Amino acid sequence: MTSALFIEQLLNGLQFGVMLFLMAAGLTLVFGVMGLINLAHGALYMVGAFACATVANFTGSFWLGLAASIVAAATAGAIVELVVIRRLYKRDHLDQVLATFALILIFSEGTRWVFGSFPLYLNVPDLLSGPVMLPGGIQYSLYRLAIIVIGGLVALGLYFLIAKTRLGIRIRAGESDREMIAALGVDIRLLYTIVFALGAALAGFAGALVGAIQSVQVGMGEPVLILAFVVIVIGGIGSIKGALVGAILVGIVDTMGRFLLPMFFQLFMENAQANSVGSALASMSIYILMALVLIFKPKGLFPAHG
Amino acid sequence: MVKLTKENSLNALVAMTLLVVPFIALAIDEPFYITLATRVAIFALAGVGLNLALGLGGLVSFGHAAFFGLGGYAAGILASHALNYEPIFTVPFEVNGTTEMLIIWLVAILVSGLAALFIGLFSLRTTGVYFIMITLAFAQMIYYFAISWPAYGGEDGLSIYVRNKFPGVNTLDPLSFFLIAFCVLMLAVLLVFVLKNSRFGAALQAARQNDERLSAVGIHPFNIRLTAFVVSAMITGLAGALYADLNRFVSPNMFSWHTSGEIMIFVILGGVGRMFGPIVGAALFILFEFVFGGLTEHWMLFLGLVLLVVVLFARGGLIGFITGKVRHE
Amino acid sequence: MSKLDILKASLVGLSLCVATTATAEPVKVGMITTLSGGGSGLGIDVRDGFMLAVKQAGNKDLTVVIEDDARKPGLAVQIADKMIQSEKVDILTGIIWSNLAMAVVPGAVAQGKFYISPNAGPSQLAGKGCHPNYFNASFQNDNLPEGMGAYANKIGIKNSFIMAPNYPAGKDVLNGYKRFYKGKLAAEVYTKLGQTDYAAEIAQIRASGADSIFVFLPGGMGISFMKQYAQSGVNIPVTGPAFSFDQGILKAVGPSAVGVKNTSHWAKDLDFPANKPFVTSFEAEYGRLPSLYAVQGFDTANLILSAMSKASVKDMDAFRTALKAADFASPRGKLKFGNNQHLIQTIYVREVIKEGDIYTNKTEGIALENHQDAYAAQCKM
Repeated sequence: MTSALFIEQLLNGLQFGVMLFLMAAGLTLVFGVMGLINLAHGALYMVGAFACATVANFTGSFWLGLAASIVAAATAGAIVELVVIRRLYKRDHLDQVLATFALILIFSEGTRWVFGSFPLYLNVPDLLSGPVMLPGGIQYSLYRLAIIVIGGLVALGLYFLIAKTRLGIRIRAGESDREMIAALGVDIRLLYTIVFALGAALAGFAGALVGAIQSVQVGMGEPVLILAFVVIVIGGIGSIKGALVGAILVGIVDTMGRFLLPMFFQLFMENAQANSVGSALASMSIYILMALVLIFKPKGLFPAHG
Repeated sequence: MVKLTKENSLNALVAMTLLVVPFIALAIDEPFYITLATRVAIFALAGVGLNLALGLGGLVSFGHAAFFGLGGYAAGILASHALNYEPIFTVPFEVNGTTEMLIIWLVAILVSGLAALFIGLFSLRTTGVYFIMITLAFAQMIYYFAISWPAYGGEDGLSIYVRNKFPGVNTLDPLSFFLIAFCVLMLAVLLVFVLKNSRFGAALQAARQNDERLSAVGIHPFNIRLTAFVVSAMITGLAGALYADLNRFVSPNMFSWHTSGEIMIFVILGGVGRMFGPIVGAALFILFEFVFGGLTEHWMLFLGLVLLVVVLFARGGLIGFITGKVRHE
Repeated sequence: MSKLDILKASLVGLSLCVATTATAEPVKVGMITTLSGGGSGLGIDVRDGFMLAVKQAGNKDLTVVIEDDARKPGLAVQIADKMIQSEKVDILTGIIWSNLAMAVVPGAVAQGKFYISPNAGPSQLAGKGCHPNYFNASFQNDNLPEGMGAYANKIGIKNSFIMAPNYPAGKDVLNGYKRFYKGKLAAEVYTKLGQTDYAAEIAQIRASGADSIFVFLPGGMGISFMKQYAQSGVNIPVTGPAFSFDQGILKAVGPSAVGVKNTSHWAKDLDFPANKPFVTSFEAEYGRLPSLYAVQGFDTANLILSAMSKASVKDMDAFRTALKAADFASPRGKLKFGNNQHLIQTIYVREVIKEGDIYTNKTEGIALENHQDAYAAQCKM
């Protein structure tokens, strides 16, 4: 194993983690502020990817598609919040899980009804196409590098939004004391809609970014949704910082597990069997990580409050 | 003891209907409806299991597919070894497969109970969303393991070519098999009923509402919850074993998180914490799948809409809706 | 969607005709296939191919009932029970996935129904588990990778990196490739089923020093892999069985797939008399090019129709003989069944090209001529 390969794999883990962060940030915000478990977050990721693919194919511009993904997901998020989600804030988690599970079914079959069952075409824009040479002779996909940078910028942006702006102050107030901020004259219903739409926009954005290098198809949000939940549970539900740390941890453990575990088993097993056992264990690795974290820290690495 | 309330009459009606349908099906020569009713009984049994943890204990397990699948695989593995005449293991002593349903059930119950003990020991340290997610995580672990472990078919699953045997009954006859499933279901409902009205049940429901008060009187909520979780898993595991025999086939699909979601749907459609809720829920689900699945390939869209309406407007599920009481707060 | 409605309407019309003018030997076919959820594109192609043949034949004695299995084995078994017990079908068909086929087929054939596979050919059913009532009109799972293994030797591939998802069909495919390929293996990698990100594997490919890659990643997995591979700057040529490079998904993969060599038992430019009319009529009917799944559906229907014209389905032995003769012109040429009632067929090499605005495949040559699967000898028929 060369060090170039090792570094490339670390970058891959980081890129995967950054992408997960975009998904997890919205989930954790919505839970932190409104106390809501949203299984339909993956559906908004799919909406973003479909919007991007449709607009990009129609106009020929990936960038317009990317903008469309944010708008479409935020709009879908706002509508869902107004029609369904706001009735769920006072309900227990069970009702929330069920209602948002129902939303997954509706979004998935609805999308299939409109777009059909075949995957859509969406490709990387020319500007970010192809590989680049990194210092140390590592060849790496420019687009993946761009995802890392964009994800980092979004994380910074979120930090400023929450720490420095008026909206951020309200969001933080909403996390710690809901009655208080209503008493301060903040329109809490509007605040909730905005937070939900913001989370949706992040998910849609992630869907569009990833759609360019994966398959834009119905159901694409589900595997990512489960991973995003693993991330926020590890990080501590409600904590943006926890989501960032959790996402990168999951990204790296998953990537390195797929890469290193089969090699590890080859040390004392026959090749084909080692690959099979190694990859079986690799596919379980992040769930094992999550169980371990919760055994030692039942409220995640960065418990948000309480 | 049992008062003739509106809910009790409804329960009796539900049980009678489920029992009568297969006989009518036989009379009008539509044997498929017997299979459908058997499916309802088995899914309801899985739901009765979850209902004990979820309805009485307030433990929202999103990983009951793990136990459903383990029960199913217990049946599949035992039967396949018996049919191939290969012992399951020979060290330290030889264990052979079997096609006796009663033994298979016992193994299914034990295996899912042990798994629940292990999972519960870790998961019950957490509460709320963390509990939902950690149970999901354990189920996912088993799911991926089942897919990639080649010995019992991996993703392809495992076929049982002949339905397992039950003393004195021809299990290949659809009606006999239905009656077995129906009796098991009724026994499970009775068990949950007895548990609910026992000191244990009172403690479990008290633990759901107020942890501290229970600890103050010297009862450990953790042990109470763990017991409920294990018994709940055993019932769901038994349902898995029956399901394997109904389909004569098991696959990792039984472990998937959609299965966990569906078992939860049975409980909620009927009404959380209601004794007969899972039966009503499972019947509705199967009917829906059967009727709409035949009409449109987009039936899941309508299922989603119905679910949404039930959660938002018919709180307490269908039984709660009919009897007019809201149960879970 | 309006085309679908027209199709539905015509089906209703057709079944009405049958109800009024049914003659002595009606045949009822039950199709269980995947029309919703992941992978439904394949089921839709099989159904559309099948119904095209039914429509062209205009045989009023044939009725078809279609149900969606949503890719769930439990549901597929339930539908099969319903079709056998309640609808009283004579022939079952339609299943796409090996695991669903393993759940349904043994039970159905044991109950005295014919099952004709329009896709999926698990090795168990081709070997020890073969059955007089089971016919496979598509392929045995190992066929296409065996073809690619043979072709790899022919074009001088010496060091191959092979990769598939970690599930039984994935292992079958890699074993099929290894059965014929004589060179060295740079690595044999199993990925998680349903995986969408292949960065880690691509990094391994880059570092492996292989001279070719053989991948089996059906559906969305293949789309994701090809797009990411194209971005990585690795230039090692990709090969694989046709599943990841077929008509249904090429549009979504786009330019990333151009130049990929893949093996298939059918191609749209094969020079058989029935092929061109099939491609044209399919395109006219549904507004898209047919895939290999559509061909398999089309052939399955024609196989049933050809047997219907020779024998009554009530006389199972005669009907079986008629099926085995496969007396019709397929877009794949004349079909020929082996002892295990799987096809002995030629495996072609295709290359993905861009034709105008459409990505499609062009036939390059023959990988294995009149090839029979590796399990036929284990079948005692």
